[in-house]
Amino acid sequence: MIETVLLWLFAATALLAAVLMLVLRHPMRVALALTATMLSLAGVYALLGVHVIAVFQVLIYVGAVMVFMVYAIMLLDVRDRSFTRRFSRLLLPGIAAALLFLAILAHGLWRALPEPSGAAVGTLFALRHFSAEFLNEYWLHFELVSVLLVAAVVAALAVLEVGRRHRG
Amino acid sequence: MLIATSAALFALGLLGVIVRRNVLVMLMCMELMLNGVNLSLVTFAQQTATAAGAVLVFLIFVVAAAEIAIAIPIVLLLVRRKGVLDLDAYADLKG
Repeated sequence: MIETVLLWLFAATALLAAVLMLVLRHPMRVALALTATMLSLAGVYALLGVHVIAVFQVLIYVGAVMVFMVYAIMLLDVRDRSFTRRFSRLLLPGIAAALLFLAILAHGLWRALPEPSGAAVGTLFALRHFSAEFLNEYWLHFELVSVLLVAAVVAALAVLEVGRRHRG
Repeated sequence: MLIATSAALFALGLLGVIVRRNVLVMLMCMELMLNGVNLSLVTFAQQTATAAGAVLVFLIFVVAAAEIAIAIPIVLLLVRRKGVLDLDAYADLKG
Protein backbone atom coordinates (compact mmCIF):
# COMPACT_ATOMS: atom_id res chain seq x y z
CA MET A 1 0.00 0.00 0.00
CA ILE A 2 2.61 2.51 1.08
CA GLU A 3 4.74 1.39 -1.86
CA THR A 4 1.99 2.22 -4.34
CA VAL A 5 1.58 5.67 -2.82
CA LEU A 6 5.33 6.25 -2.97
CA LEU A 7 5.45 5.06 -6.59
CA TRP A 8 2.74 7.53 -7.57
CA LEU A 9 4.48 10.26 -5.62
CA PHE A 10 7.86 9.68 -7.30
CA ALA A 11 6.30 9.46 -10.77
CA ALA A 12 4.33 12.67 -10.19
CA THR A 13 7.47 14.44 -8.93
CA ALA A 14 9.39 13.32 -12.02
CA LEU A 15 6.68 14.64 -14.33
CA LEU A 16 6.32 17.91 -12.43
CA ALA A 17 10.06 18.57 -12.51
CA ALA A 18 10.11 17.73 -16.22
CA VAL A 19 7.41 20.34 -16.85
CA LEU A 20 9.37 22.82 -14.74
CA MET A 21 12.40 22.20 -16.96
CA LEU A 22 10.48 23.63 -19.89
CA VAL A 23 9.34 26.85 -18.22
CA LEU A 24 12.24 27.85 -15.97
CA ARG A 25 14.46 30.60 -17.27
CA HIS A 26 17.93 30.13 -15.83
CA PRO A 27 19.88 27.05 -17.04
CA MET A 28 21.02 26.31 -13.49
CA ARG A 29 17.41 25.99 -12.33
CA VAL A 30 16.70 23.75 -15.31
CA ALA A 31 19.65 21.60 -14.22
CA LEU A 32 18.26 21.40 -10.69
CA ALA A 33 14.83 20.40 -12.03
CA LEU A 34 16.46 17.70 -14.16
CA THR A 35 18.33 16.45 -11.09
CA ALA A 36 15.01 16.25 -9.24
CA THR A 37 13.55 14.21 -12.12
CA MET A 38 16.49 11.82 -12.07
CA LEU A 39 16.38 11.38 -8.30
CA SER A 40 12.66 10.60 -8.36
CA LEU A 41 13.24 8.13 -11.19
CA ALA A 42 15.89 6.48 -9.02
CA GLY A 43 13.23 6.22 -6.32
CA VAL A 44 10.87 4.59 -8.84
CA TYR A 45 13.54 2.07 -9.82
CA ALA A 46 14.26 1.25 -6.20
CA LEU A 47 10.54 0.72 -5.53
CA LEU A 48 10.32 -1.58 -8.55
CA GLY A 49 13.00 -3.75 -6.97
CA VAL A 50 15.74 -2.92 -9.49
CA HIS A 51 18.17 -1.59 -6.92
CA VAL A 52 21.27 -1.85 -9.10
CA ILE A 53 19.83 0.50 -11.68
CA ALA A 54 18.67 2.90 -8.98
CA VAL A 55 22.18 3.10 -7.51
CA PHE A 56 23.77 3.64 -10.90
CA GLN A 57 21.15 6.23 -11.82
CA VAL A 58 22.25 8.29 -8.84
CA LEU A 59 25.97 7.60 -9.34
CA ILE A 60 26.26 8.13 -13.09
CA TYR A 61 23.45 10.52 -13.96
CA VAL A 62 23.28 12.73 -10.90
CA GLY A 63 26.88 12.22 -9.84
CA ALA A 64 28.70 12.48 -13.15
CA VAL A 65 26.54 13.81 -15.95
CA MET A 66 24.73 16.51 -14.00
CA VAL A 67 27.88 17.69 -12.20
CA PHE A 68 29.53 18.05 -15.59
CA MET A 69 26.48 19.94 -16.84
CA VAL A 70 26.51 22.28 -13.84
CA TYR A 71 30.19 23.02 -14.41
CA ALA A 72 29.44 23.86 -18.03
CA ILE A 73 26.64 26.20 -16.96
CA MET A 74 28.94 27.95 -14.49
CA LEU A 75 31.62 28.33 -17.19
CA LEU A 76 29.17 29.71 -19.73
CA ASP A 77 27.26 32.30 -17.76
CA VAL A 78 26.16 34.22 -20.82
CA ARG A 79 23.18 36.55 -20.60
CA ASP A 80 22.03 36.74 -24.18
CA ARG A 81 18.78 36.57 -26.09
CA SER A 82 18.20 33.01 -24.99
CA PHE A 83 17.93 34.36 -21.45
CA THR A 84 15.38 37.10 -22.06
CA ARG A 85 13.36 35.15 -24.61
CA ARG A 86 13.21 31.55 -23.53
CA PHE A 87 11.27 30.05 -26.38
CA SER A 88 12.12 29.94 -30.05
CA ARG A 89 9.59 30.83 -32.72
CA LEU A 90 8.78 27.13 -33.00
CA LEU A 91 6.81 27.26 -29.73
CA LEU A 92 3.30 26.62 -31.07
CA PRO A 93 4.27 24.14 -33.83
CA GLY A 94 6.49 22.39 -31.30
CA ILE A 95 3.67 21.99 -28.79
CA ALA A 96 1.36 20.70 -31.52
CA ALA A 97 4.01 18.25 -32.75
CA ALA A 98 4.75 17.01 -29.23
CA LEU A 99 1.04 16.45 -28.52
CA LEU A 100 0.61 14.60 -31.81
CA PHE A 101 3.69 12.51 -31.05
CA LEU A 102 2.40 11.70 -27.58
CA ALA A 103 -0.98 10.68 -29.00
CA ILE A 104 0.61 8.36 -31.56
CA LEU A 105 2.91 6.91 -28.91
CA ALA A 106 -0.01 6.32 -26.53
CA HIS A 107 -2.04 4.71 -29.30
CA GLY A 108 0.79 2.37 -30.28
CA LEU A 109 1.63 1.51 -26.70
CA TRP A 110 -1.98 0.86 -25.81
CA ARG A 111 -2.25 -1.84 -28.44
CA ALA A 112 1.19 -3.37 -27.99
CA LEU A 113 1.45 -3.39 -24.21
CA PRO A 114 2.52 -6.84 -22.99
CA GLU A 115 0.56 -8.59 -20.32
CA PRO A 116 2.25 -8.34 -16.96
CA SER A 117 3.55 -11.86 -16.56
CA GLY A 118 3.28 -11.74 -12.81
CA ALA A 119 6.47 -13.75 -12.60
CA ALA A 120 8.27 -13.22 -9.35
CA VAL A 121 11.08 -10.74 -9.77
CA GLY A 122 12.47 -12.05 -6.50
CA THR A 123 16.20 -12.48 -6.73
CA LEU A 124 16.51 -11.70 -10.43
CA PHE A 125 17.66 -8.15 -9.85
CA ALA A 126 19.60 -8.89 -6.69
CA LEU A 127 23.18 -7.72 -7.10
CA ARG A 128 24.79 -11.16 -6.96
CA HIS A 129 22.46 -12.74 -9.47
CA PHE A 130 22.28 -9.75 -11.78
CA SER A 131 26.03 -9.18 -12.00
CA ALA A 132 26.69 -12.88 -12.67
CA GLU A 133 24.17 -12.84 -15.50
CA PHE A 134 25.49 -9.52 -16.77
CA LEU A 135 29.07 -10.68 -17.06
CA ASN A 136 28.25 -14.20 -18.23
CA GLU A 137 25.86 -13.39 -21.04
CA TYR A 138 26.53 -9.79 -21.93
CA TRP A 139 30.30 -9.55 -21.57
CA LEU A 140 30.72 -8.72 -25.26
CA HIS A 141 28.39 -5.72 -24.97
CA PHE A 142 30.23 -4.64 -21.85
CA GLU A 143 33.56 -4.66 -23.70
CA LEU A 144 32.08 -2.89 -26.73
CA VAL A 145 30.76 -0.17 -24.44
CA SER A 146 34.24 0.35 -23.02
CA VAL A 147 35.48 0.81 -26.60
CA LEU A 148 32.75 3.41 -27.05
CA LEU A 149 33.96 5.24 -23.94
CA VAL A 150 37.54 5.30 -25.23
CA ALA A 151 36.28 6.64 -28.55
CA ALA A 152 34.34 9.36 -26.69
CA VAL A 153 37.45 10.40 -24.73
CA VAL A 154 39.53 10.57 -27.91
CA ALA A 155 36.79 12.54 -29.66
CA ALA A 156 36.54 15.06 -26.83
CA LEU A 157 40.33 15.55 -26.90
CA ALA A 158 40.21 15.93 -30.69
CA VAL A 159 37.48 18.57 -30.47
CA LEU A 160 39.51 20.59 -27.97
CA GLU A 161 42.65 20.21 -30.11
CA VAL A 162 40.85 21.52 -33.18
CA GLY A 163 39.69 24.54 -31.19
CA ARG A 164 43.20 25.21 -29.92
CA ARG A 165 44.69 25.02 -33.39
CA HIS A 166 42.01 27.33 -34.74
CA ARG A 167 42.83 30.00 -32.19
CA GLY A 168 46.58 29.63 -32.17
CA MET B 1 0.99 3.83 -15.44
CA LEU B 2 4.78 3.92 -15.49
CA ILE B 3 4.81 3.38 -19.24
CA ALA B 4 2.55 6.43 -19.62
CA THR B 5 4.94 8.38 -17.41
CA SER B 6 7.89 7.37 -19.54
CA ALA B 7 6.08 8.36 -22.75
CA ALA B 8 5.21 11.71 -21.19
CA LEU B 9 8.82 12.26 -20.12
CA PHE B 10 10.03 11.48 -23.63
CA ALA B 11 7.47 13.85 -25.20
CA LEU B 12 8.36 16.61 -22.73
CA GLY B 13 12.04 16.20 -23.56
CA LEU B 14 11.29 16.37 -27.26
CA LEU B 15 9.19 19.49 -26.71
CA GLY B 16 12.05 21.05 -24.78
CA VAL B 17 14.53 20.34 -27.57
CA ILE B 18 12.16 21.97 -30.05
CA VAL B 19 10.97 25.06 -28.21
CA ARG B 20 13.87 26.22 -26.04
CA ARG B 21 16.60 28.50 -27.37
CA ASN B 22 19.44 27.81 -24.96
CA VAL B 23 21.89 25.14 -26.15
CA LEU B 24 22.57 23.82 -22.65
CA VAL B 25 18.86 23.55 -21.88
CA MET B 26 18.38 21.61 -25.11
CA LEU B 27 21.14 19.20 -24.08
CA MET B 28 19.45 18.68 -20.73
CA CYS B 29 16.14 18.00 -22.47
CA MET B 30 17.90 15.29 -24.49
CA GLU B 31 18.98 13.76 -21.20
CA LEU B 32 15.34 13.86 -20.15
CA MET B 33 14.39 11.90 -23.28
CA LEU B 34 17.00 9.26 -22.42
CA ASN B 35 15.58 9.06 -18.90
CA GLY B 36 12.11 8.45 -20.26
CA VAL B 37 13.38 5.56 -22.38
CA ASN B 38 15.23 4.16 -19.36
CA LEU B 39 12.06 4.20 -17.29
CA SER B 40 10.15 2.25 -19.95
CA LEU B 41 12.99 -0.29 -20.24
CA VAL B 42 13.13 -0.85 -16.50
CA THR B 43 9.34 -1.20 -16.33
CA PHE B 44 9.27 -3.76 -19.13
CA ALA B 45 12.18 -5.68 -17.61
CA GLN B 46 10.42 -5.77 -14.28
CA GLN B 47 7.08 -6.79 -15.78
CA THR B 48 8.50 -9.63 -17.87
CA ALA B 49 11.13 -10.59 -15.25
CA THR B 50 14.02 -10.62 -17.70
CA ALA B 51 17.44 -9.09 -17.20
CA ALA B 52 18.03 -7.92 -20.78
CA GLY B 53 16.18 -4.63 -20.29
CA ALA B 54 18.20 -3.78 -17.20
CA VAL B 55 21.42 -4.53 -19.05
CA LEU B 56 20.32 -2.23 -21.86
CA VAL B 57 19.76 0.52 -19.29
CA PHE B 58 23.41 0.17 -18.26
CA LEU B 59 24.51 0.59 -21.85
CA ILE B 60 22.30 3.69 -22.15
CA PHE B 61 23.98 5.15 -19.05
CA VAL B 62 27.34 4.83 -20.78
CA VAL B 63 26.02 6.27 -24.03
CA ALA B 64 24.58 9.26 -22.15
CA ALA B 65 27.90 9.87 -20.41
CA ALA B 66 29.76 9.69 -23.72
CA GLU B 67 27.25 11.98 -25.39
CA ILE B 68 27.56 14.63 -22.73
CA ALA B 69 31.36 14.31 -22.71
CA ILE B 70 31.49 15.17 -26.40
CA ALA B 71 28.63 17.68 -26.51
CA ILE B 72 29.95 19.95 -23.76
CA PRO B 73 33.36 20.62 -25.42
CA ILE B 74 31.59 21.35 -28.70
CA VAL B 75 29.28 23.84 -26.97
CA LEU B 76 32.29 25.38 -25.19
CA LEU B 77 34.06 25.93 -28.51
CA LEU B 78 30.96 27.36 -30.18
CA VAL B 79 30.30 29.78 -27.34
CA ARG B 80 33.96 30.81 -27.21
CA ARG B 81 33.75 31.75 -30.86
CA LYS B 82 30.51 33.75 -30.81
CA GLY B 83 29.76 34.37 -27.16
CA VAL B 84 26.08 33.45 -27.29
CA LEU B 85 24.14 30.41 -26.14
CA ASP B 86 21.22 31.14 -28.45
CA LEU B 87 21.03 28.45 -31.08
CA ASP B 88 19.58 30.85 -33.67
CA ALA B 89 22.95 32.60 -33.78
CA TYR B 90 24.48 29.47 -35.21
CA ALA B 91 22.09 29.20 -38.14
CA ASP B 92 25.03 29.82 -40.48
CA LEU B 93 26.27 26.31 -39.64
CA LYS B 94 23.44 25.04 -41.81
CA GLY B 95 24.79 23.42 -44.92
